[in-house]
This record gives sequence, structure tokens and C-alpha cells, in this order.
Amino acid sequence: MAEGAAQDAFLRIEGVSKSFGSFQAVRDVSLTVGKGEIFSLLGGSGCGKTTLLRMLAGFEEPSAGRIFLDGRDMAGVPPWERPVHMMFQSYAIFPHMTVEENVGYGLKHDKGMSKADRANRVAEMLELVQLTPFAQRKPHQISGGQRQRVALARALARQPKLLLLDEPLAALDKKLREQTQFELMSIQARTGVTFIVVTHDQEEAMTLSDRIAVMDKGEVRQVGSPTEVYEFPNSRFVAGFIGSINTFEATVIARESPHLRLSVPALGTEVLARDVAAVAVGQAVTLAIRPEKLRISRERPEAANALAGTVRDLAYFGKDSLYRLDLAGGGMVQAHAVNARRGDEGARVADWDDAVFVGFDPASALVLVT
Amino acid sequence: MTRATLQRWLDDKGWPAFLIGLPYLWLVVFFLLPFLVVVVMSVATKTTTAPPFSLGGEHPWISLDTYARILTDGLYLRAFLTSLVNAAIATFFCLLIGYPVALGLTRVSHSWRNILLMLVILPFWTSFLLRVYAWMGLMGKTSWFNVMLTDAWNFLVPIDWAVRSIPMMHSNFAVILVMVYTYLPFMILPLYASLERLDPTLDEAAMDLGSRPARVFLDVTLPQSIPGIIAGGMLVFIPAAGELVIPTLVGDAGSPMIGRLISDEFSQAKDWPMAAAIAVALLVLMVGPTMIYSRYQAKAEGST
Ligand SMILES: Nc1ncnc2c1ncn2[C@@H]1O[C@H](COP(=O)(O)OP(=O)(O)OP(=O)(O)O)[C@@H](O)[C@H]1O
Ligand SMILES: [Mg+2]
Repeated sequence: MAEGAAQDAFLRIEGVSKSFGSFQAVRDVSLTVGKGEIFSLLGGSGCGKTTLLRMLAGFEEPSAGRIFLDGRDMAGVPPWERPVHMMFQSYAIFPHMTVEENVGYGLKHDKGMSKADRANRVAEMLELVQLTPFAQRKPHQISGGQRQRVALARALARQPKLLLLDEPLAALDKKLREQTQFELMSIQARTGVTFIVVTHDQEEAMTLSDRIAVMDKGEVRQVGSPTEVYEFPNSRFVAGFIGSINTFEATVIARESPHLRLSVPALGTEVLARDVAAVAVGQAVTLAIRPEKLRISRERPEAANALAGTVRDLAYFGKDSLYRLDLAGGGMVQAHAVNARRGDEGARVADWDDAVFVGFDPASALVLVT
Repeated sequence: MTRATLQRWLDDKGWPAFLIGLPYLWLVVFFLLPFLVVVVMSVATKTTTAPPFSLGGEHPWISLDTYARILTDGLYLRAFLTSLVNAAIATFFCLLIGYPVALGLTRVSHSWRNILLMLVILPFWTSFLLRVYAWMGLMGKTSWFNVMLTDAWNFLVPIDWAVRSIPMMHSNFAVILVMVYTYLPFMILPLYASLERLDPTLDEAAMDLGSRPARVFLDVTLPQSIPGIIAGGMLVFIPAAGELVIPTLVGDAGSPMIGRLISDEFSQAKDWPMAAAIAVALLVLMVGPTMIYSRYQAKAEGST
């Protein structure tokens, strides 16, 4: 779906900015979202995700830029006329209506719909989110997770072209959240509605989305599939925001196609990294390596890059362990190792204060310029 | 009982019971007992002694003459009707004016809100009587207010309908006008309190689902503000129905309201039992709506 997105741009956001007084909450955002895509807006608190969503729903007018939905310019179209529904961060379920009335609320506006059709549609929606037995309950008589599903069913009932979900799972506990993620994905697959999901949880974004836009201070920093943003972040910010990563100051000393040779003082050695076209020899860059791309061994490995170090710290998580190593150059790296073998001591590759080596492929070493 | 157990009893039960009981004690001493006195008085017989009633002895212990008169004498029934109708109309207009004001208060910035709320309660800082007198001045035949309205009227209507002044004073219109003016804050404040609690994202959710603003108001705002409407309605209707000062000063002496009758029976006719009986009847009339209100409140609280 990620590839299809560029061709049939269903939602096109062109240079949209939003200012509140002198404060710019959203800066010059341009995005395209394809039909049927699950698109995530990922970013820290206050980076403008909700503001962007509210502009799509029509609650805020952009200060600059334009929004096209299905080819139609949305400027000046009030919220009640947009084929866009929103699932609010707080769910915003009407407390004085039953579950059924909540779900059917939007359908009242479809003049062409008969009473029976409406009832059928509500029943269908309740079925979809498995709330049929709770149809007659009031919102305060159901659980938080069920309320969240009422909000979803209500937003889906009118068959929106675009569904906006503002932190849909933030209020749920971890277990329910994971379960609901899959539910959301299957509901999306069954309805074919385009989803834009706001989240500050990077794992959630990775699991749910076809594509992710990483936002920072009102700007979109990178757009791509979960794999792209994780494996090929375009900046230190994105690399650090998604997952954990080791970063080091480095200088490019030679271009040895298809690799770059870097001098990395903190590692105490030279390192080969994947070539990126945008850098020149002599340029100061950042070397970034994900902890799970590092292999720890007792003997010097065959790998192109091998660093010597000592285990300073280790944390055992069951399925894997996190090592913190002091390197010869004075730097420090974190490395993940899967605990493949079983046993109390044998599980670990190395122990506190052991002298070890870490090896990694040039392909896993990222060179970041910004 | 040892000291320690007494102490424990006080801590566990005694003090909480005392604290909870205090308001009830207050109610018993300052409401229930006086009310019983009034009830007893209402079944006594009027005499020329001091106090001007007695029961027992040559008079029956319980005489229901007063109540019979209320039910049969058109004067009392009309007074009740006038009171209830005037109070209902005043409540309606308070709601009509107060609701938009209260809603507006929830929509302005916080600094403005405090200033405007201040203005709503500001009239309480001047004497109530003074304000009623001010209205009497305004409504009088020669006041600039009356002259202005008269001129406007004469300008708008055919010459045959022209008047020299608009007769506002000493009418039910005047009573209702001044009551609306006086009781408006009692409508605005509870309405504001209930509207202010509403979650504005609910309005957005309704808009998002296709409702225009007017529809949002009917579907979301209005149903959720019913407790506020009822509270405000009670606070206006009940005192307005028993109002004495306003009808006495600006009302039509020919169609008195019930408060006026109680006062007259008490101080002029010296018929204390009759005054007491009217008071009891009025209270019984008011208990009905109050019970409906507490029923509704209990239901609303059970559901939040
Ligand atoms: N109506 C407003 N007036 C002034 N500033 C606002 C307004 N709405 C949002 N902001 C500011 O804009 C910035 C972005 O807000 P927004 O709600 O979009 O953040 P967010 O990315 O959704 O954050 P979170 O993850 O915490 O929900 C914030 O700094 C916020 O203070
Ligand atoms: Mg937000």
C-alpha cells in the first residue's frame, strides 16, 4: 500500500501551517495519504499532531497551505460537511445517550436512510466492535476499552472516507492496547476506510501503520514505511525517536565504494559504513548503530568492523540481554543479544568486566548528516 | 462504659453523627418547629384575644374552616392562580434571557468571564427595595422610559391607537417585569454552573458527525443542562410564587398575589389562622415540584 500512496493521493496536504498568536504549532507540512492506508503521525507531546488532525477535521483553519480530500479543496468546508470523522483522544461519547444512540448519532443526518436501514447499520457496527450485548447501556456503565470501541463504531457508522484517530489507544493498558491494535487493523481491512492515527508511542506506530510521518516541533521530519523510518532514518532526531540507537561523532576520511571509511574517536578505531551520496570526504557526520545490530563475542570477529571493549553493565530481560560496553576509545555502546541458549550462566555471552569484542556490518552502520 | 470505649464511640460514630446531624438540627429548630406552629395555627379559630387565635376550650381543637374557605372563596383561588401564573411566566422569561447569557458566559475568555459573572451578581450589592423603587420610577407615566416607549408606540401604530402614556405600573405586567429583573441571577448562576461543566469536545464530536451548531445545541447542550434548568427554575419559581414586596409595590391591587393575601390576613384582618392556612397551602403546592426535582436529581446522580 505504501507504494500505491504516491499515485492515487487520496488526501493531499500542501504546505499547511498553523499559528496560535506568535506560536507556530504546525509548520509547512506537506503529506499525501493513499486510499485505504493506515497512516500514523508520530511525535512527542506538543509537536502539533492534534492540531494537524483538527485541521483535517475542520475544527481549525490552516494559517497557510491547503488540504485536498479526494480532489476537493477543504478550505472553508465546515466540520459537519466533511466526509471525515474523528475519534477523539477523550472519546467524547455523549453521556446522556445509550451505546446504541451514540453509534447511531451520525446516521440521523442521512435523510435518505430509512429507520430500518439505520437500525441495521447500528446493529452491524455494534457487531463489528463486539458491543451488541451492551447496546442499551449508558456510557458510564461500560468499561474504558468498551467506550473506546463505542467511539470507533460511532465514527465508522457513517462510512467516512477518512477516519482520524487521536491517540486511540492511549487510555488502555498494555495488554488491551496490543489486542486493540490488531482489532483496529482488522476493522480497517474490512471497511477499507483510510485511517490517520496520531500516536506518541513508536511501537504502536510501527505495528499499526503502512506509513509513518515522524513529527517534531510542528514539522514533519521523515515519512516512510515502518521499516524505512527504523532502518533508514534521515536524521539524528528520527533515529533517536524511533527505537534506541548508539550515536558517535565521526569524520569521513575516504570513500571506498560502496562504503565510507570513518574515523570515530570514541570507538578508538576506523569504521566502514554504508555510503550515502550526500556526504563529502572530510565532512563531520554522525555514526549511528542500533543495539541489536551489534554482535558480542569473546574472540575478535570476522566482521568488517570490530571493536574491543569491556562489559560495564548488563541487564537480563529474559528473551534477550542489554549490554553496556566501555570501548577502547573511551566511548560506550549498548548492544542487544538474544539469549538463544538456555541455562543460568550459559545464557549470557559475557559477564561483568569481561573483555569482549563487538562486530557489525558496514550495512548496519548509518551515516547521518543532520 | 469505660472512658476508652466512650472515646472510641465518639471517634467512630459520635462526631460523624454530630457533624451530619448539625444541619438537620438546624432544619428542625428553624424550619420544622416553626412550620408546626404555623400548621397548628391554621387549624385554630380566630379570636379577638392576644394572640388573636385559640384552640381547645370553647373552640374546637381542629377547625378546618380556613381550608374550606381557601377552596370555596374565589378570592383565594384567584390569588393562587395569579401567583402561579405570574411565577411561571417570570420563570419562563428568566430562562429565555438567562440561558443565552449563561451559555455566553461559558464561551468567553476566562478574564471576561469573571468580569461578566461579577456583573450578574452586582445588583445584589444595592438594596432590593431601592431597585424596585427605581423600576417604579421608570414605569411611571412621566418617566423618560415611559415617554420613549409611548413615542415609539405612537409612531408605529395607526393614529386611532395612540396613547398618552403606557400604563405599566400597577399591573401584572409590572409584577412580572420586576420579578424577571430581580430573579434573573438565580436562573443564570445554576445554569452557568451546569453548562460550564460540559465537555466542549462533545460539541465538536456532534459537529464532526454532521450536526450543524443549532442541532448540536438541541442534541448535546440542552439535554445535558436540564438539571441546571430545573435548579434555576426552582430558584425562580418558588420565591416568585410567594413574592410579597414586588406585587405590593408595583402590582395590581385588584388581583393580589398570594404573598399579599397572607400579609393582609395577618396584619390587617388579624386573621392569623387564615394567614397560616394559606401559607400551608402554598407550601404544599410548592412541595410537588420540589419533589419532582429531587427525584430527577437522584436519577441524574445515579447515572453519573
Ligand atoms: N488553541 C490553541 N491555542 C494556543 N496554542 C495551542 C492551541 N492548541 C494547541 N496549541 C499549542 O500547539 C502545540 C501543539 O499542540 P498539539 O495539541 O497539536 O500537540 P500534540 O502533538 O497533539 O501533543 P500531545 O501528544 O501531547 O497530544 C502545543 O504546544 C500547544 O500548546
Ligand atoms: Mg494531542
